[in-house]
Amino acid sequence: MNTPFVDFRGVWLAYSEELLEKGEFAVEDINLTTRDGEFIAIVGPSGCGKSTFMKLATGLKKPSRGDIVIDGQAVNGPLKIVGMAFQAPTLLPWRTTIDNVLLPLEIVEPFRSQFRDRRKEFAERAKRLLSTVGLEGYENKFPWELSGGMQQRASICRALIHEPKMLLLDEPFGALDAFTREELWNVLRDLWTTQRFNVILVTHDLREAVYLADTVYVMSKRPGRLLARSEIELPRPRDLEITYTEAFTRKVQDLRERIGAIRKS
Amino acid sequence: MKAKTLERAAPMLLLAAILVIWQAICSIFSISEFIFPSPIQIVQALIELFGPIMGHAWRTFWTTMVGFAISIVVGLVFGFIIGSSRMAYSAMYPLMTAFNALPKAAFVPILVVWFGIGIGPAILTAFLISFFPIMVNIATGLATLEPELEDVLRVLGAKRIDVLIKVGLPRSMPYFFASLKVAITLAFVGTTVSEMSASNEGIGYLLISAGSAMKMPLAFAGLLVVAVMAMAMYELFSWIERHTTAWAHRGQAA
Repeated sequence: MNTPFVDFRGVWLAYSEELLEKGEFAVEDINLTTRDGEFIAIVGPSGCGKSTFMKLATGLKKPSRGDIVIDGQAVNGPLKIVGMAFQAPTLLPWRTTIDNVLLPLEIVEPFRSQFRDRRKEFAERAKRLLSTVGLEGYENKFPWELSGGMQQRASICRALIHEPKMLLLDEPFGALDAFTREELWNVLRDLWTTQRFNVILVTHDLREAVYLADTVYVMSKRPGRLLARSEIELPRPRDLEITYTEAFTRKVQDLRERIGAIRKS
Repeated sequence: MKAKTLERAAPMLLLAAILVIWQAICSIFSISEFIFPSPIQIVQALIELFGPIMGHAWRTFWTTMVGFAISIVVGLVFGFIIGSSRMAYSAMYPLMTAFNALPKAAFVPILVVWFGIGIGPAILTAFLISFFPIMVNIATGLATLEPELEDVLRVLGAKRIDVLIKVGLPRSMPYFFASLKVAITLAFVGTTVSEMSASNEGIGYLLISAGSAMKMPLAFAGLLVVAVMAMAMYELFSWIERHTTAWAHRGQAA
């Protein structure tokens, strides 16, 4: 129970050998541990290395120094137990919504080799997942027939279809209008409440971070360091009402001050 | 609705107007058919020599198609190689561009030495002139993958080849079909140019022999036939394009 799910131990990353020699790092000395099933958010000014952090956590980049252990295993390459979604939904325009959601199953083992035989079963699973995010009846529509918010829901479904243990979200709601964004907060909250995967949410929206996460980390501007860790003790299940309470506002303001301090330095 | 019908008929109306003016100029100034034949004289030549013209046209047509088929295969393969590896891209692209800058008609004498007079040079000239746009378009389609999408798939353990097949190739299909439209008309240019100096058959040969015999209406009839063939093929490929990659043209639909 107490073994951490994500464990970053003194992780540094420079993007190339030259930058490493010059001592220019994208992220420096990242230490972070999460419990299994924890929802963490990383906030910071833009260009602070949040996306670099994502690449490290998925195994797409190897750290220049330090170790990363996820789910008890040292990370040495791409991690298949991870699903990812980004600010751009990146759905394939020639595939219908359901075929877009099924794409990971055509690639990741063990589903890949079973895909032909179990296609129907997988399609059912995709349909169920789509209906939990409110996309029932849109399975056979093409991405351009969906609104931005709906595309993003489909993109999250694509990230979850292979039932990953960890979901990585890189500003997933950044391009949406305020109402749609709050709707999707709840979609994500419900998915997480029922499935209890680990989440790393990278965002610059402090309200989003406080509303959704168990723990919020503040990252400094480049080179990125984790400067502060703040546990969000607001009771769950949380509702949008909570964003108007004093406790919530205080938390957001506290984080804002810390980020303000970074930007001035 | 009315405006739409008019828009559709517009090219035909313009063509009719041009023909009428052309005919009028030729008739009013009684221009000799040795200098500039009128549309009626061209049609007369076409009807009179319909059999032989069609024979030459068929020769030009299938020669072009063979050359074009080769350029699709070669264009796809090279485009795939160039688009899928940065190393291949930087190694091959400058050379390919230099090659493309060469006038393809200049190859004809060399090809004649190698393959003799006849279909060999015509097929190869059609190929040489038309594979470049196909190759470039496939390469571009493959090279413009969103990095985020590539990350999503790589995390799942996708190999480079998976990404290319699942995402790269479908993405480059609209570019591919667009390039076919351009390439097919170029292929006709290649065949005709080659036939003009290195063949005893085909529309190119017909043009040269009609010209040297001062049979201008016949020469124009030959041009007309090439134009019709090239346009028909262009329309065919643009129809295929619309029906296979509709997702890329959604803006123009409805």
